[in-house]
Amino acid sequence: MDDALAVHRLHFAFTITFHYLFPQLTMGLALLILILKSWYLKSGDPRYNDAARFWAKIFGINFTMGVVTGIPMEFQFGTNWAEFSKMAGGVIGQTLAMEGVYSFFLESSFLGLFLFGERRLGRVGHWLAAFLVFLGAWLSGFFIIATDAWMQHPVGHEVLPGGAVVLKSFWALLLNPWGIWQYWHNMNGAVLTACFVMAGVGSYYLLTRRHEDMGRLFVRVAVLVGAIASIIQLYPTGDMQGQMVARHQPATLAAMEGLFNTERGAPLAIIGQPDMERQKLDNPIVVPRLLSFLTYKRWMHEVRGLNDFPRDQWPDNIPLLYYSYRIMVGLGTFFILILVTAAILWARGALYQSKWMLWILMLAVPFPYIANTAGWITAEVGRQPWLVYGLYRTADGASKNVSAGNGLFTLIGFMGLYTVLAILFLFLVRREIDHGPGSHAPATTPTSATSP
Amino acid sequence: MSDMPTLWFCLVAAMIVGYVILDGFDLGAGAVHFFAGKTREERRAILGTIGPVWDGNEVWLIAAGGTLYFAFPALYATAFSGFYLPLMLVLWLLILRGLAIEFRNHIDSPVWTPFWDVIFAASSSLLAVVLGAALGNVMRGVPIDSEGRFFEPLWTDFKPGTGILDWYTVMVGLCSLAALTMHGGLWVALKTPEPVAGRARAIVARVWWWVLGLTGLITLFTMRLQPQVPANLARWPWGTLLPLLALAGLMGVPWFIARRADARAFLASTAYLTGMLASAAFGLYPYVLPASTVAERGLTVTNAAAGESGLRIGLVWWTIGMVLAVIYQVVVYRHFRGRVGIVGERGMEMGRETG
Repeated sequence: MDDALAVHRLHFAFTITFHYLFPQLTMGLALLILILKSWYLKSGDPRYNDAARFWAKIFGINFTMGVVTGIPMEFQFGTNWAEFSKMAGGVIGQTLAMEGVYSFFLESSFLGLFLFGERRLGRVGHWLAAFLVFLGAWLSGFFIIATDAWMQHPVGHEVLPGGAVVLKSFWALLLNPWGIWQYWHNMNGAVLTACFVMAGVGSYYLLTRRHEDMGRLFVRVAVLVGAIASIIQLYPTGDMQGQMVARHQPATLAAMEGLFNTERGAPLAIIGQPDMERQKLDNPIVVPRLLSFLTYKRWMHEVRGLNDFPRDQWPDNIPLLYYSYRIMVGLGTFFILILVTAAILWARGALYQSKWMLWILMLAVPFPYIANTAGWITAEVGRQPWLVYGLYRTADGASKNVSAGNGLFTLIGFMGLYTVLAILFLFLVRREIDHGPGSHAPATTPTSATSP
Repeated sequence: MSDMPTLWFCLVAAMIVGYVILDGFDLGAGAVHFFAGKTREERRAILGTIGPVWDGNEVWLIAAGGTLYFAFPALYATAFSGFYLPLMLVLWLLILRGLAIEFRNHIDSPVWTPFWDVIFAASSSLLAVVLGAALGNVMRGVPIDSEGRFFEPLWTDFKPGTGILDWYTVMVGLCSLAALTMHGGLWVALKTPEPVAGRARAIVARVWWWVLGLTGLITLFTMRLQPQVPANLARWPWGTLLPLLALAGLMGVPWFIARRADARAFLASTAYLTGMLASAAFGLYPYVLPASTVAERGLTVTNAAAGESGLRIGLVWWTIGMVLAVIYQVVVYRHFRGRVGIVGERGMEMGRETG
């Protein structure tokens, strides 16, 4: 049974990690495209519209990947996590259904109009389509975060005698304080992904001396938006998210920080390896008292260590949690450093000539994906051993009627299929980048080619 | 005291009907893809009829799934885990179908386009069969054990009641393939110019006999296999109107085709699908997943439903959201109304430049 549990966990972890590579770009690009379209509407400069049209093509390919890898996520609650679904479906089913009803219908309807309807919709109509696609994408993020926030910090429900939960307050579920900060932190992270992708493609054009006018535009928009986003990612959203963890999941905080013993004026470990056998941090580099300050805004405040909590409430993979948290924070700091530097270079009129910075921006494209993934690993591994924090354990949630062998069969299937998907995606995106932005007329479907 | 679970049973059934009508013609377009479209340009036109709408149509499945999840969590959990392998197959087919529709026209090449054409046609046709077989499994009932779970083998020695694919569920699957081929063929007839539309009508005229025959057979066998169906018909005689709606729709299809009334023929096929699915829902009620082992183990609207307060909360946002969703879709279908053109790949580029 333990074996099957591990397979079901890996099944969800693999499919959700792969899936989220795409929505983060979808959501971030939706904002950047809306900014480009808005600027075009305001200034009338057609280069902004050409830029929006180029990114709409990348958006379209990326969106398809998000759609096809997204459906398995909803299904897996029932197929692989049936016991959990029986218990929690009455609450988390609500937000998952809301995502379909409020966001997917909106997004899918207006994406078709956005991609194929530019000529007939006119300038304002096409801007509106871009806005509705953006709204759909960002609503979708909201409902998923609301779902996860309930699992991190369950509110607005009542536990029935049989153990199942029932929703009592719609607004408590949607306005979960945990979810509000998690939402902005997550969406801002998605914006960073899109900024790095756009800046990376722009830098590539500048370094290879092709489409240089567009390259400058991409780098400028992406660096300016990205510099702001990188700071917001640290403060207030990241800071508040950390305080939520400290308040509601203190054992998780201790594990994230590798803090085994309760301390007043606890130090912040910059690096070091958690040694679970000896319960200490190997080779640590620490900043004294900083953890107390960051968490409670007081240098000598007490921070509870892992040993203050019963063993069965410790996250079950503390080293993974500790490392993914550090990867996220480390990369986040790196983002601030390079994006703010790039913004200063731009303000001095030196950005496009600074080859070293263009190289960094071009090579940095994978990093926001890694940071966002590490962030989600921190959130989800940090929630362990609970599936719903304090209420329901992960070990109880998997489908009891689906054996490890059956789970492994479909996990291998997904791995194979997703490998093909990844190759296809890179191939098609690489083609679009190679083809480059042009001042083409809007794309049409065969329908609009003939109808009045 | 209202009957919330029964209301949600009707709403989820209505969403499934919405899915089958809308995504059903996408799947059917895939089934007739190679038979109605003979050249690459013609096949491009067939894909063009569903290109801007298929994703929105598929959302009906996701939204129906989510609604089923929160209204009947025990049903979602039991059925999805019990049908584990066939549902994973559905997921993989949905992935392949989506890729084929979206990526086929990205590259104009004699190896790229035909490859995705085959993937599109095969995944669509198989989805029609598998989704039909799934409905067959629900109608027949599944071997729920004393703990309230089941896990069926994928295929059997074709005796009834022992696996996902037995003679009855395969028959329902084939009926679903025939019916959606008819439905999708009528969509293609409605949305493409000649000669594609003419070929689609000819396919529909031929496949119609299969729909008629298989519909008769599964009706007969369902009445024998699932005692709840005749019991419900005896209890609420008005329910006979639902199969009659299906029959009227089915009869309307050749009638309207003969008169070249493509839109009405498509509506007739829609009436047939609605009548069939509504009959199935009516025949099962109050069961949502009957047990083939001991009748009492079956899941009903009452024992599978979520708590009352959640169902009440859901009703408010669901109603507002679905009204909005229908408005969006009306906007999109109006925007892309009319027949598509058949233009060569290069011609498309020129068409873009000149408008």
